[in-house]
Amino acid sequence: MSTHVSATASPEAGYNFAYLDEQTKRMIRRAILKAIAIPGYQVPFASREMPMPYGWGTGGVQVTASILGRDDVLKVIDQGSDDTTNAVSIRKFFERTAGVRTTTHTREATVVQTRHRIPEETLREGQVIVYQVPIPEPLRFLEPRETETRKLHALAEYGLMHVKLYEDIARHGHIATTYAYPVEVAGRYIMDPSPTPKFDNPKMHLMAALQLFGAGREKRIYAIPPYTEVRSLDFEDHPFRIQTFKEPCALCAATGVYLDEVIMDDRGGRMFVCSDSDFCEERRSAGHRGSMLADAPAALTGDSTHA
Amino acid sequence: MLNDLPDAPLLSVRDLTRYYGERIGCADVSFDLYEGEVLAVVGESGSGKSTLLSLLATELEASAGSIRYRMRDGIACDLATLTEAERRLLLRTDWGFVRQDSTQGLRMSVSAGGNIGERLMAVGARHYGNIRGTSLDWLGRVEIDRGRIDDIPKAFSGGMRQRLQIARNLVTHPRLVFMDEPTSGLDVSVQARLLDLIRGLVSELGLAVIIVTHDLSVARLLSHRIMVMKGGRVIEAGLTDRVLDDPHQPYTQLLVSSVLAA
Amino acid sequence: MQPLVQLDGVSKAFTLHLHEGVRLDVVSDVNFSAAPGECIVLGGPSGAGKSSLLKIVYGNYSCDAGHIWIRDGGEKIDVATAEPRRILAMRRHIMGYVSQFLRVIPRVGALEIVAAAGREGGLDSQVAQDRAQEYLSLLNVPERLWTLPPATFSGGEQQRVNIARGLIADRPVLLLDEPTASLDARNRAVVVDLIERKKKAGVAIIGIFHDEDVRDKVATHVVDVTHFAAKTA
Repeated sequence: MSTHVSATASPEAGYNFAYLDEQTKRMIRRAILKAIAIPGYQVPFASREMPMPYGWGTGGVQVTASILGRDDVLKVIDQGSDDTTNAVSIRKFFERTAGVRTTTHTREATVVQTRHRIPEETLREGQVIVYQVPIPEPLRFLEPRETETRKLHALAEYGLMHVKLYEDIARHGHIATTYAYPVEVAGRYIMDPSPTPKFDNPKMHLMAALQLFGAGREKRIYAIPPYTEVRSLDFEDHPFRIQTFKEPCALCAATGVYLDEVIMDDRGGRMFVCSDSDFCEERRSAGHRGSMLADAPAALTGDSTHA
Repeated sequence: MLNDLPDAPLLSVRDLTRYYGERIGCADVSFDLYEGEVLAVVGESGSGKSTLLSLLATELEASAGSIRYRMRDGIACDLATLTEAERRLLLRTDWGFVRQDSTQGLRMSVSAGGNIGERLMAVGARHYGNIRGTSLDWLGRVEIDRGRIDDIPKAFSGGMRQRLQIARNLVTHPRLVFMDEPTSGLDVSVQARLLDLIRGLVSELGLAVIIVTHDLSVARLLSHRIMVMKGGRVIEAGLTDRVLDDPHQPYTQLLVSSVLAA
Repeated sequence: MQPLVQLDGVSKAFTLHLHEGVRLDVVSDVNFSAAPGECIVLGGPSGAGKSSLLKIVYGNYSCDAGHIWIRDGGEKIDVATAEPRRILAMRRHIMGYVSQFLRVIPRVGALEIVAAAGREGGLDSQVAQDRAQEYLSLLNVPERLWTLPPATFSGGEQQRVNIARGLIADRPVLLLDEPTASLDARNRAVVVDLIERKKKAGVAIIGIFHDEDVRDKVATHVVDVTHFAAKTA
């Protein structure tokens, strides 16, 4: 389902470009610059009230609003898809308040705002990916005191993080964290990569694009500049491993990508399809066919005709 | 014959003083502690012994005086010049602190193995199997059933928690261990076992220990030297058996005579 | 022959602050010495200060004046002014003490108590173990008691564990406070024999013996402690 909106739509009257006032944008950009200068470090910022509740991406929206220019092309995804409720409403929000071109094609976008996934398409220099983050502090569950976690980061005292992984292995026989898997950035700060599946962690390593992270409720911004080392934490004898899927995508036959499980009927019928909807569509346009493409409901493929 | 005595003290304390407003917490405390020595600090409530321990462990800032500690490289270092990072590293590696309240000295929601392994992980241990192996080893040494390695301390008795605290502190082979009333609140038989364990480990590992206690029999059992405190000051100090068998000061004589012999 | 122990002008008084500061003079201006191979017996009636003198030599009691010189290799150390760790080191390697009362670490078996004393005195683990067994056997402490803590033993059995503990290592100075007090004739003879062996090995002994018979057999000289009674004004 591709939607192109031309740049001719003008932003709704009464709002500043991209909703936030210019002073707020400056404040946020200062925080972003600081975050880029100290990769992985959580920079506090004065998070504004946004016209959506906490937990719906206010942090990501504020970061995007602060960096958006008239010539930018914006893609918004949620769980890899451009057409879920959250993605649609945020995209519409920026169409109305900034009038920028939006797209579903990763290659065309200059800014990608995401919740819970990194696109399969490799991002390039000049692109910015903005992650929505609920809890920015990776140590929060083991150390509830903010005063203490700040000290731990300042002094690089990260033994506790490995205690968490140790506990996982002791309890489950393996590291049980499958999303929001902690990473070490540029050999210094330990960071929560937001609730993306650990499958996506390797994409963050030496990524050519700029990665920005915004947490609205917790009022923190952090960043990974392009080509930065990002290493997932592990033990020597329990190395970091990403999830593997037994079968390729049922629609486009892609392998090595993150798949979503789709329930087809109430008799246990199900199929596994690319979580990244744009990526899947591109492959199908190029002629790749998955084993269940013929049987897939139209709503899933977005086509009224099957080739 | 006496070449086995180290020449330089491990800890050198001079005129250590701490005020709480106008009130003296402790005043003018001076002593040297050598490797392998166990020093008991005894006194009743309000004597200043806990303040002294907190000062020595650098958890409290002194109002006056100095503490010098001889690091592993042999250089004596004024603790007041340490950065926060250096201080915390020292507390995690070369020092131990066994607290009176085990809930303060343990992570109550982390398994026994995780509690013991934490210090190792804090200084870079990254092999799960080795960390777990070391934890199992230490559980054995402090006489906790190894099968409980994955249990959390909330499920342990008071005596077991204290033994876990000891293991957690000793895993990095500290040279100096602070103990604050480690046996208080425990049943008598549990106390006895714990004291035996401490005595054995101290002698086996050659630990220097500063132990605060109000119980003279604990001091007699564990310590080589003793300092008696009253009103924030050290009123008598010396060889433990000398001070307890031939007390000079009136207050010391009072303390000794007040103890009920078993 | 150079003495291993030399008391020089030693005086001691107790001040009982809890009893209106009553002052109990014990001894004044004590002078005597003990050379290798000698057994100096402290004589005098009960209360004359014999035990106190031994404790002063051992560092268990302080003294108000004077010096207690102990030979350590080429050095002479004054117990009266030595640092606690020095005194503890001397107790490990130089001075052994057999007291009248057994005050030991509770809950440890008799054999282990004696072997531990041997290791502390510098003996190798295996040697300490072997000698501990040897001494306990010599002193007629039955094997079935070896793993039991001495707190439950009879007075005589406790005393024999004490003696084994004091004598097991090769310390050049021995301080014996009534070592045969609760022993029968057979065991007294064993102790006399052990003392003779130590003398032959060059150990300097200062002892208190209540039993005249034993005293006569082991003493090189007798020092009458009443000579050192405090001169009251």
